[in-house]
Amino acid sequence: MNKLRRKVYMTAGYNTVSMGTGRKEFHPKKPRPGLEDYIREAGQGTLKQVGGAGNIDEGVIGNFMAARFNNQGNLASLIPAIDPGLQWKPCVRVEGACASGALALASGIKSVLAETAEMVLAVGVEVQNTVKAIYGADILATAGWIRERKDGHAYFFPGKFSDRAGAYFEKYGRERTRRAMARWYRNAIENARLCPTAQEFSNTTADLEAVALSEPNPSTFVDYLNVFDCSKVSDGASAIAIASEEGLRRAGIPTSAAVEVVGIGQAEADLTIAPPDPTRLETTRRVVERALASAGITVGQLATVETHDCFSIAGILAVEAIGLAEAGKGPDFVLDGQTARTGRVPFNTTGGLIGWGHPTGATGVHQAVTIWEQLTGRADRSQIEIPKDRPYGLTVNMGGDDKTLVAIVYRRG
Amino acid sequence: MDYSERLENVAVLGAAGKMGRGIVLLLAMEMADIGLKPEFRSRRFVLHAVDVSHAMLSGLMRYLREQVQKAAEKRIVALRKVYADRADLVDNSDIVRQYVNDVLDVVRPTTMLEAAAESNVIFEAAPENLDLKLQLFARTASDNPRQPWVFTNTSSIPIEEIAGRARLDGRVMGFHFYNPPAVQKLVELIRAGSTSDDVAAFATALCKNLRKVVVPSADRPGFIGNGHFMRDLLHGVAEVDRLAKTMPFVEAVYSVNRVSQDFLVRPMGIFQLIDYVGLDVCQCILAVMNPRLQGENLHSPLIDRLLSQGVRGGQHHDGSQKDGFLQYAKGRIAGVYDPEAKRYVPVADFQAACDARLGPLPQPAVLWKEIVLDKAKDARLTQFFGAFKSMKTAGAELALAYGARSREIGLKLVSDGVARDADDVNQVLLTGFFHAYGPINAYFG
Repeated sequence: MNKLRRKVYMTAGYNTVSMGTGRKEFHPKKPRPGLEDYIREAGQGTLKQVGGAGNIDEGVIGNFMAARFNNQGNLASLIPAIDPGLQWKPCVRVEGACASGALALASGIKSVLAETAEMVLAVGVEVQNTVKAIYGADILATAGWIRERKDGHAYFFPGKFSDRAGAYFEKYGRERTRRAMARWYRNAIENARLCPTAQEFSNTTADLEAVALSEPNPSTFVDYLNVFDCSKVSDGASAIAIASEEGLRRAGIPTSAAVEVVGIGQAEADLTIAPPDPTRLETTRRVVERALASAGITVGQLATVETHDCFSIAGILAVEAIGLAEAGKGPDFVLDGQTARTGRVPFNTTGGLIGWGHPTGATGVHQAVTIWEQLTGRADRSQIEIPKDRPYGLTVNMGGDDKTLVAIVYRRG
Repeated sequence: MDYSERLENVAVLGAAGKMGRGIVLLLAMEMADIGLKPEFRSRRFVLHAVDVSHAMLSGLMRYLREQVQKAAEKRIVALRKVYADRADLVDNSDIVRQYVNDVLDVVRPTTMLEAAAESNVIFEAAPENLDLKLQLFARTASDNPRQPWVFTNTSSIPIEEIAGRARLDGRVMGFHFYNPPAVQKLVELIRAGSTSDDVAAFATALCKNLRKVVVPSADRPGFIGNGHFMRDLLHGVAEVDRLAKTMPFVEAVYSVNRVSQDFLVRPMGIFQLIDYVGLDVCQCILAVMNPRLQGENLHSPLIDRLLSQGVRGGQHHDGSQKDGFLQYAKGRIAGVYDPEAKRYVPVADFQAACDARLGPLPQPAVLWKEIVLDKAKDARLTQFFGAFKSMKTAGAELALAYGARSREIGLKLVSDGVARDADDVNQVLLTGFFHAYGPINAYFG
């Protein structure tokens, strides 16, 4: 990827609560906010910080499957529902399964690069608790190739990543990998406890690694993962403003209150082809390489990473795909504490998908909001120290089984 | 006729009642599961669900649809394999819908009792009234040349008596599910002296496939479950009679109920349990047991009196509790019935005074819901119940007497040969009544 032809920033991030089991206010049988409520809350949260809708030129919304979770299509048309000032503005909805959020960011970045907009409002949203988990699994399975659905597991994606975990156990050893997966879970929950919007904010389990080491039960779930290895079913939205220097100036926001997008990698892998090596996330590897190259930095310069840990094993495979550990050494990197908030490269500092939550279409935007908070010192109790000599943050958002990928590199503006 | 052939045509009598509908659910799923095996797909499985009103049968079908759907959702991993050859069933939702249809396709709801006459197996879940049961058997099984096997869900009537009076020698057996049958793991199997080995083997195989915990009981009135429960409830009633001499009746009921729950660490107090089962059901069971067990006086004028005033207990169709001895609001005890005034007195009027009179629970307190699955509960219960002996409070004394009586009842079931041993008695109370400990224990010995 070429160097970006124009400076692009992100600022004014906002996350709703990630709602679902684990949240004290969640009750599956009681009425809850709808899709438009989440979009409105997140969108307004960002508009307030940028001086209102008048400063927004375009809108983009990332969402995976509102058509089935909520019987709602035409989501671009819900952007004007955020604020009357957005009425008549150009908006677009993008979909790339669980990477829909980062596709929204990529779309907004391109509008700014194309100089059709000085500031784009990017929103990601998903409201999934409208159906039971077993039917949600049907909907989420559409992120895979539908012709594989019939032979797939009832819980299709847990099945896919369980197969990856099984292959990894076989190649590199089960015991150490399972311990690393349990550590991944512990890190996720401990980080979530520091972030009030996280789904696992109120998790009080004393020995997190012990519960995460529960034996998988293939008769009711999948072969190699237990429920603690999986992100939960979530409702939520996130929003952020993507802006040029002019866009920031117009909104009266100093560049120091923004992060600059210094590199981006984006790729699609053929949905109809199974991954050649289930122990590797090849598409992830390619986009991160591309993003780092376009930023002109090395992996060693990363201060923090938000990665797509829809499953604990996906987190460990991402550590390797990003290049922080060799193939087969991801578990050691995690067990050595390198990904913990006190480690060399803290991962998922507000809990990631397992701890913060995974409202699928919102996740990519949520990752950007967390990086913006961390790099600009707004992360409150979640705040980590950003070393001056390696000031970069990375987000990796994945749709499907390593199919739709977006990686973005940021530094403080 | 092997197991699967026998299940090709089944009838449930009293199918829409609270026991019958659970039995229909379990059998229909078992029959559909067999029918879905590749080798049996050409065979038809039929379950005649017989009851007296179309309104109740509609309720039964609604119940089945909801419950089969829930069961299918839980079993989705296995069901995807069952339907692996059905290319048209792709999503979990397709598979759940198909399974619900396949199970409901087995069920033939009907008010025509005669439909049962073509069945190989008849499950009877009519009210606990021998004459009614005999009438049902006379029209479906007694002189039926097909010689159907009969499994009665009676919880008290001796099976040999049914065998003799209904001319069912050799082919009737007690198959006592607990309420609700789809949830409760326990089945008491009662073999009459004449019951054939084939009938008994079929019952055992069915229980295994339904994943039930089987406890055999001797063919004695009340069997093990009600043998304990009826005597246990009569102890509670007798304590109320005694206490009511020194305090208002409603306070006596409240106190005994509270002691039998919180002090004995049981899931519910004895009067709540009577309400749950239904005062009318308890009356029927006592009416069966009393004349057949001379010298014990298994009879409660108090229950008779409340029933004569229309106080019955039992559950609403949604499973919520009807008022009985106690009045319920959102699942909590809100009042106690006063048969003199013929009204419920709010517990708030006297609860604090009663609790003060009973005295505190030993500390650390042990709650049923937190201990029932605790593997180390024995030590905690020993400490908790052991503390009663030195407490000298009204609550501790009532609890000690109650626990001792429960133990005595359990031991008598063994010495009378109703239960094979103490383990069987304890298993029935642990599994069928969700007690945290069996009545035959060292705590009250």
